[in-house]
Amino acid sequence: MTTPNPEAPTSSSATTPAPESTPQTAEAGRIRRSNLREYGILGALVAIVALFQVLTDGRLLMPDNVASLIAQNAYVMVLAVGMVMVIVAGHIDLSVGSVVAFVGGFLAIAMMQWQLHWIIAILLGLGLGALIGAWQGFWVAFVGVPAFIVTLAGMLIFRGLAIVIVGETIAGLPGGFVKVSNGGLLGGLGFLGHADVLTLLVGLLAIAGLIVSQLRTRRTLRRHGLMMEPFGMFIGRLVVVGLLIGFFTWVLASSAIGLPYVLVLVALLILAYGFLMGRTVFGRHIYAIGGNVHAAMLSGVNVKKTNFWIFVNMGLLAAVASVITTSRAGAAIAAAGQNYELDAIAACFIGGTAVTGGVGKISGAIVGALIMGVLNMGLSIMSVNPAWQQAIKGLVLLVAVAFDLLNKRRAASA
Amino acid sequence: MAPTPEGTPLLEMRRITKTFSGVTALSDVTFAVREGEVHAICGENGAGKSTLMNVLSGVYPHGSCDGETVFDGKECRYRSIRDSEADGIVIIHQELALSPYLSLAENIFLGNERASRGVIDWHETNGRGAELLRRVGLQEAPDTKVMHIGVGKQQLVEIAKALSKQVRLLILDEPTAALNDDDSAHLLDLIRSLRDQGITCIIISHKLNEIAAIADSVTILRDGRTVETMDMHGPTPVTEQRIIQGMVGRNLDSRFPERTPAIGEEVLRIEDWTVRHPQDPGRVVVDSANLHVRRGEIVGIAGLMGAGRTELAMSVFGRSWGIGISGKVYLDGREARVDTVEHAIRSGLAYASEDRKRFGLNLIDDIKHNTTAAALGKVSGSGVVDQAKEYSIAERFRRLLNTKTPSVDAVVGNLSGGNQQKVVLAKWMYTDPEVLILDEPTRGIDVGAKYEIYTHINALADQGKGVLVISSELPELIGICDRIYALSQGRITGEVTREEATQERLMHYMTTEKEAAGR
Repeated sequence: MTTPNPEAPTSSSATTPAPESTPQTAEAGRIRRSNLREYGILGALVAIVALFQVLTDGRLLMPDNVASLIAQNAYVMVLAVGMVMVIVAGHIDLSVGSVVAFVGGFLAIAMMQWQLHWIIAILLGLGLGALIGAWQGFWVAFVGVPAFIVTLAGMLIFRGLAIVIVGETIAGLPGGFVKVSNGGLLGGLGFLGHADVLTLLVGLLAIAGLIVSQLRTRRTLRRHGLMMEPFGMFIGRLVVVGLLIGFFTWVLASSAIGLPYVLVLVALLILAYGFLMGRTVFGRHIYAIGGNVHAAMLSGVNVKKTNFWIFVNMGLLAAVASVITTSRAGAAIAAAGQNYELDAIAACFIGGTAVTGGVGKISGAIVGALIMGVLNMGLSIMSVNPAWQQAIKGLVLLVAVAFDLLNKRRAASA
Repeated sequence: MAPTPEGTPLLEMRRITKTFSGVTALSDVTFAVREGEVHAICGENGAGKSTLMNVLSGVYPHGSCDGETVFDGKECRYRSIRDSEADGIVIIHQELALSPYLSLAENIFLGNERASRGVIDWHETNGRGAELLRRVGLQEAPDTKVMHIGVGKQQLVEIAKALSKQVRLLILDEPTAALNDDDSAHLLDLIRSLRDQGITCIIISHKLNEIAAIADSVTILRDGRTVETMDMHGPTPVTEQRIIQGMVGRNLDSRFPERTPAIGEEVLRIEDWTVRHPQDPGRVVVDSANLHVRRGEIVGIAGLMGAGRTELAMSVFGRSWGIGISGKVYLDGREARVDTVEHAIRSGLAYASEDRKRFGLNLIDDIKHNTTAAALGKVSGSGVVDQAKEYSIAERFRRLLNTKTPSVDAVVGNLSGGNQQKVVLAKWMYTDPEVLILDEPTRGIDVGAKYEIYTHINALADQGKGVLVISSELPELIGICDRIYALSQGRITGEVTREEATQERLMHYMTTEKEAAGR
């Protein structure tokens, strides 16, 4: 072999060679399966919601519980968005929980000691998050230290620094700041019975947006003669997702805060990052690096730069999660964000992100985060001991990934 | 030396039929291997060779396919590779399965450790290991790590591993695909000597000259069916041409398409190019190489493994390999900036790697994304990919190159080697380069697909591009190139035109020692 090998030789793949023929059916099968996988995880979410709805005698989907479900899990979704990108590129970030605590401490100091307006403090906090990301990105991308090590170090560094600047707790944060996580759009356009009109309107707009964008995608696909999901499946999916949005809009409209600000924020992040990953050159580069870093390099992808920005982005999103967490608690806590990295990583893997990189979607990770969130919420309403909750979540993660692997293996040998 | 024709069959596979979700991969395949012969299996990619060997070795367990397999007089019902190995059937895959950080002896006995009660007996491991290594002609110490020996020797370690399992039937899948001529010749010698020691051998190969040289009989598969089994020592000699005819089902008059070169101005010039080894800076891998390519010209680079061919190409292409690089690259007479891959692409260079799976493609992604991967800027505006445009471009190249796939949404990893290579070509053609460097463009692909690839290379030259082809197969270089440089130990030791080129002459230059090379 004359292949100049910059690193130590990797072990040659000893996998069973694929059957030589059958590209056509394998391909059609793949599309069917990948659709099934996405429906499968959505189905799992619906099933878990239904299960807890029954187990909690209908309390899970009470308006205020739904609102607090979102408030409680917003941080996981925000972190999972960044984590998907990190994992798809073949890295991991163990530091986000500590970064949440450290940035939270910074926010509190900026507001309480420096007496900065909370909006200014948030902007500075986001800047700090990006800076922390740049620090870790520097080591990963330019020095070549594995992300596992860099962020394990970051986990210790920023937890330590959080304790240094916070002590234990800094409480009494300004009302405006606390509202970010605890408030919502309510009453701006009056009420329809108990329901907040503004919330309903936003919900309707979301459904309309969904239908329009899906129809447009489908039309483009058809114009190019691309493989489409069957029309029945398409309509079925639209109806299910539309009904879900409609239902939750209705529930939220009758909650005490209406449409939570964090939900708006999370929704915007999902849309923006979904676009970034699916449609932009940057997103494509991330998948290319995760799929085959050598090929990406030889295709002119600037791997170092891309890796660097992935971590800057992760730092930024960790700061967003910190704003949400700190605001929700109304205080900066040195021990905040414990295990957040694991929640985010679990959400990604439950949501179908490949452990080896190259595969994964923002939407999947969000559904993964929701599955974890509903589990949390349902078990809490049932007053299950938190220790048991943790054990159950661990099992769910294991079973979800194992199920996925078995599915893939069966698909490969079929 | 050849086995007697009336020798009893050691292996008989009868009416083997295997389907994958409704698609037939093997249909009624029947053939027999006599004890003590070297039996070649030929066929284009997708003909079913690997599937057949997987059925034999139990990768597809007994019952998952129809037909029967009789080995040494009794019917086989293998549930796994372990079962077939217990009977002495050992398969060595094209992609070697050695663990790079373990020693040769550890690899030989991997899964079959010399141990008592779970404790490794190192004397036995290294002693027996050394014995087996000598038997396959390796002088290396048994505690050498696999990562420190070349692919050719690794192949021999695989055989030593097979010998440690009391092998009776050795199956080699494309054993010489990654080897140079010397290593290949050595391997073939070894196979002959194993045959003389009574080990029966099935060899799958695309290299017909090797089959002609070593096989006692040959079975040809086409589209999942046995076409014929021929005795190589029969009354009518079996020529390469005859085998090709069986494989493609038609008479392939010429293996290389006709072309009348229209050669223009010089497009690429490399001057005094020197590259050092990244792990061993004292080692000069490419030594003051000078070469040029003109528009419309196909220029070959011949060299043995380790001569520095790929290193030369990759270092020119954005310094993707090596350190301490010096020298100049001119494109269209102007010095080009090739310090990163991005700049090299922008300057008009393209490099298709010899190892398409590792360096050329994102195997888990689809054809369209791979096609645009090196020129995403051309299908995007303000960083947003125009998916419709991307699709139509991928589709255009699919039609142009006749890539066999249901759609450009197909995952590249599921394509055959020849079709994967077409995706690589499409990717680099789409960057619209002035010079394409094609490193082993037809490695591991079948005769029909090779011909197609040559046609596309010719078309590129006819468009006025410069093409630089690196290849281990001298007939290929002589068949398609207008001019060929020979590389030996990092130095360009000769240059011959199409008219002057013979394998002997090239080989002479390729083996010119460094000391003698100085003019």
